[in-house]
Amino acid sequence: MTCLSAKDKDTVKVFWAKVADKVEEVGSDALSRMLAVYPQTKTYFSHWKDLSPGSAPVNKHGKTVMLGVGQAVACIDDLNAGLLTLSELHAFTLRVDPANFKILSHCLLVVLSIKFPNDFTPEVHVSLDKFLAALSRALSEKYR
Amino acid sequence: MVVWTDFERATITDIFSKLDYEAVGGATLARCLIVYPWTQRYFGNFGNLYNAAAILGNPMIAKHGTTILHGLDRAVKNMDNIKATYAELSVLHSEKLHVDPDNFKLLSDCLTIVVAAQLGKDFTGEVQAAFQKFLAVVVSALGRQYH
Repeated sequence: MTCLSAKDKDTVKVFWAKVADKVEEVGSDALSRMLAVYPQTKTYFSHWKDLSPGSAPVNKHGKTVMLGVGQAVACIDDLNAGLLTLSELHAFTLRVDPANFKILSHCLLVVLSIKFPNDFTPEVHVSLDKFLAALSRALSEKYR
Repeated sequence: MVVWTDFERATITDIFSKLDYEAVGGATLARCLIVYPWTQRYFGNFGNLYNAAAILGNPMIAKHGTTILHGLDRAVKNMDNIKATYAELSVLHSEKLHVDPDNFKLLSDCLTIVVAAQLGKDFTGEVQAAFQKFLAVVVSALGRQYH
């Protein structure tokens, strides 16, 4: 079980502050990439009319997901408690296979690498990777 | 048999023709050792890997990263036969180097991220899909001769 060190938490908070005003852009790009690179993820969005990059549902949902990540940053000291409702949503309503959290996390890291080439250093990368893994675990908490 | 579309072939050839092997190779291996520190187990003789700064400044790591990246050239030139092209390298990684094949995926994820930073907006979703497909084939070929 990874514990986020104090340094990890600070690194994530400082970096995420830079991302905060681009949530829709970042979210939309990450989601678009996920749908393109891992086509099996499209199965969760059969109810959308348009799955193409930059489409209205992709933009809207990308923003929603990133705001969720922001919520996790805010409760980084107790992810399980802070993400309880979201975990229940994913467990009982959405029933997203948790393997997909890793997939989306990877796509998010690729987007951050593109948009923040100077800030996304290896140290920031490792803290963010740990954080996203912890976030994914907290989201899977209520599954079984 | 892996089937490559014209777009995928062109994309892979294009990426590697523009690649700064020294910069990308070194950065990728260093990033892998920092983000997934257990991978350092294979680099006991490489000098100071004590912290991120040391790893990033380590000339042996930089050199080896370049070597690894040039190793991918063989796959780029033999896209229709990557499995056979890497048979020998696979045996090497298994029997001599004793590298857990899970590590190949970790390194390839780091390579994707470093190349993404290099290409910026040009690293579109379609380009990423082609690049990751290529790396997945390489990773699979490298793990093929393990037993």
